[in-house]
Amino acid sequence: MPQNTTAWSTGSRGAPSRFDLIAILLVVGFLAFLGAASRGVLAPITTLDASPVSLDPTFLPGYVARTTLRMFAALGLSLLFTFTYATWAAKSPRAERILVPILDILQSVPILGFISVTIVFFLSLAPGRVLGAELAAVFAIFTSQAWNMAFSFYQSLRTVPTELTEAARSFRLSGWARFWRLEVPFAMPPLIWNMMMSMSGGWFFVVASEAFSVGSTTVTLPGVGAYIALAIAHKDLHAVGYAIAAMFAVILLYDQLFFRPLVAWADRFRFEQEVSGKPPTSWVFDVLSRSVWVARFRRQLRRGWANTAAIVKSAPKAIRFESREHTRRLDLVATLFVLVIVVVSVWKTAVFLAPELTWADIGTTFGQGAITMLRVFVLILLASLLWVPIGVYVGLRPDVARVIQPLAQFMAAFPTNLLFPVAVMGIVTWKLNANIWLSPLMILGTQWYILFNVIAGASAIPGEMRSVGTNLRVRGWLWWKRIALPAVFPYYVTGALTASGGSWNASIAAEVASWGKDHVKADGLGAYITDATVAGDFHRIVLGVVTMSLYVLIINRLLWRPLYYYAERKFRLA
Amino acid sequence: MNNQIPVQRTDTVLLDVKHIQKTFPRGDGNELLVLEDVNLTLKPGEIVGLLGRSGSGKSTLLRLIAGLSDPTGGNINYLGQAIDGPAAGISMVFQSFALFPWLTVYENVALGLEALELPRDEIRRRSLAAIDLIGLDGFESAYPRELSGGMRQRVGVARAIVVHPNILLMDEPFSALDVLTAETLRTDFLDLWSEGKMPIKGVVLVTHNIEEAVQMCDRILVFATNPGRIVSSIEVTIPRPRDRLDPAFAAMVERIYVEMTAKPGRGSAPRFERVLGSGIDTFLPHVSTNLISGLIETVAAAPFLGKADLPEIASELSLEIDDLFPVVETLQMMRLADVEGGDLRLTPEGMAFADSAVDERKRMFSRLLLTHVPLAAHIRRILDERASHSAPKSRFLDELEDHMSPDSAEETIRAIISWARYAEAFAYDDAATSFSLENPA
Repeated sequence: MPQNTTAWSTGSRGAPSRFDLIAILLVVGFLAFLGAASRGVLAPITTLDASPVSLDPTFLPGYVARTTLRMFAALGLSLLFTFTYATWAAKSPRAERILVPILDILQSVPILGFISVTIVFFLSLAPGRVLGAELAAVFAIFTSQAWNMAFSFYQSLRTVPTELTEAARSFRLSGWARFWRLEVPFAMPPLIWNMMMSMSGGWFFVVASEAFSVGSTTVTLPGVGAYIALAIAHKDLHAVGYAIAAMFAVILLYDQLFFRPLVAWADRFRFEQEVSGKPPTSWVFDVLSRSVWVARFRRQLRRGWANTAAIVKSAPKAIRFESREHTRRLDLVATLFVLVIVVVSVWKTAVFLAPELTWADIGTTFGQGAITMLRVFVLILLASLLWVPIGVYVGLRPDVARVIQPLAQFMAAFPTNLLFPVAVMGIVTWKLNANIWLSPLMILGTQWYILFNVIAGASAIPGEMRSVGTNLRVRGWLWWKRIALPAVFPYYVTGALTASGGSWNASIAAEVASWGKDHVKADGLGAYITDATVAGDFHRIVLGVVTMSLYVLIINRLLWRPLYYYAERKFRLA
Repeated sequence: MNNQIPVQRTDTVLLDVKHIQKTFPRGDGNELLVLEDVNLTLKPGEIVGLLGRSGSGKSTLLRLIAGLSDPTGGNINYLGQAIDGPAAGISMVFQSFALFPWLTVYENVALGLEALELPRDEIRRRSLAAIDLIGLDGFESAYPRELSGGMRQRVGVARAIVVHPNILLMDEPFSALDVLTAETLRTDFLDLWSEGKMPIKGVVLVTHNIEEAVQMCDRILVFATNPGRIVSSIEVTIPRPRDRLDPAFAAMVERIYVEMTAKPGRGSAPRFERVLGSGIDTFLPHVSTNLISGLIETVAAAPFLGKADLPEIASELSLEIDDLFPVVETLQMMRLADVEGGDLRLTPEGMAFADSAVDERKRMFSRLLLTHVPLAAHIRRILDERASHSAPKSRFLDELEDHMSPDSAEETIRAIISWARYAEAFAYDDAATSFSLENPA
């Protein structure tokens, strides 16, 4: 970031500066965007049919704005969920025992399979209004964002240093004050990192959730996703190109305008006292923090916030986050309560599925699941063979890494479903085997997690350790075997775990793809769920989603998690 | 252990470093000179110490000898051959141990032999012998994280000597250990060395600890900073094993302190000449005002009563020279103390400072800061002149970077900020990165 070398007046003088002007422009721009984007949300649903999505690129900025707004609405919801659910889990040992496993299971539910189940519910919530469809889309994005944020926040709350907690208690801070003054700031840096990851993941699902049909119900919300769906249906390559360009622009924009300032701001909450490396910078953050008017607004906000403490004081203990004494009897009641819910939901699911499905159906889904599993593993293996050496090469060269690392993160954010039609065209033109050639689509968007984690791992190898290798003249395969591969292994596992989970999810969109009238389909659980969705067969949707959740859950428990702990124990550089 | 080398001096030269110069590229396109005309020879049976403060380029020199980076000028000969990349007979012990956490003690030690592609049983025999020699018997299958710092550095030494190098390079090998452990490792190392049990012929040791240098080395090369260069070479002839309580030992330590703090004209002192006759472009070490007050109070009090021997004060306050010298320089610059012949003597101002209460100290410090530190006076003048009474940090940073590396400029600004805050001479707002005359609300 270029350093400013001319003079300006500081905040205390009160005279507005050019930073105020820029800050105002940013704020006004944001409000205008909000207004424009949310127009029509409360309109009757028939307006969607009356003014259908157009392929005219002049409408595209408006669509992008709508889509982005959905993303941020979902992000807001995810934050709300994080602050309540994760806090509850961290503060109450009783709730923790059930909330954490639930979160773990929710994480493995395939979101795209989910949309069809929820969309009907949300449409019935706001009958005849666009709002219902909007809610369904936002909910779909929410389910792709919330879980890892909640996990990160829960982890942070559990690891607040004892000294800080004791200091806060010795100052007799109330639970509420402790939460906002100590725990939230402490948890902020990892939470923001996870928000960025969530946001990246969310684009894939927002694109998928805007143009949706369950059986005979078809919903098309104005947005990039609907635009692209229409472009595919009309075989309009130009429109696909516009959408891709618009996506690139919007990812760049929210990174610059939203996440970079956030990261720069949150840097102050890092617990480590010593300064390591250059602190993150952001021009937007600089502008906002140098502006007098923004400072004034912040003071007002802070004053208002201070009042909440008084209000909360009169609230019941549970809301104040004070710990209550808990008795064995209450424990028992809670356990029973959970047990009843579990029994009822298993019963309900069984009753829902049993009359319509046979054992053969269950066998089929598991067989299809095995095909998808094979596909995911082969793809992860191939991606690893490609990206691990490249990642190590890049990570050991800081100059190259500085260029490649943001690029890889950018690629991870790009919704690759925009590129699926290209693959379908290829498969149709050359009459290729869909079972093989549709597969790469599953990992197109998720392989980057392997790359940027390996880059991070390689660049974290201490200089002295690399010097040892040079000094002892360790080269070739011995160098890979003894130094490079072990050093990046924990990072690689994190990346591969994320890529694997993402690929399962993507299989629902990737095992069936189309271009105009051409439909290409592969075998697999993803295709099974998509078929069931198109047919509006809720029994098979639920069966497929449950089966996929089971697969993901079991693979996580039996493979990734043990591997992760093993890597942490043995390979983590102290 | 095969090929034992009897420790004796011969005229053959292991290592010959001639007119070495090293520069690093700077952000602005210019170059930063870190080593200037460095000469060094290492003979068989010798331990040569490179003694100096951080930033004097001594570790850089060690990396050049190890072939880990290339000099910009001059040449390094190892057994008559110019060094071009890592040489087979030179191995290194690192300050942070640099053990691979995923390899056991045995595997860490065996790594260098595996790289030589020796037969399996020879690798096994030699690794076990090295582990045994260095006192790690029974720890072969342990992972580094299971070991204490001292044990880890033993592994570091075993790993370096297992390849039977002619030259062992040690980069502050004991500075990451506690005092007691470091002492044990030093004596164990010296015992093995004196008995000729180690398969090495010569050692180059980098250190910033004067006692360590005197205890271990046959010859000490004293480095100065900015640019890094050798200012004196001191033969240590005290017979081994050396005893710290031996008067000859103490005299040698004292002599090196004098060498390292002498004023210009006597040919050595590193940064002192630049600090004393300075402009705004002077590098300022970031020294906490607590340390400044603390040192003044200690020297003013009994038993020193205003005049203290530097080695004594260093051990009294258990400060390494890297911590002590910057404070001493700051006192000199502010005219709170003088250094003469290895002694620190408080000026009348220094004594008055020691006797004052907090507010009076701040007033004194403010006056001395604005009088004797040109950069502080400069910033204050600019702030006074401007209508807004404020100025961005970058303005001064740019000025400083014309004269020093960006890192030094940043540290200088940080020093000025903390001193000015203590003196209440002017204020600094970190969020807006600007100086001003008023304290932020």
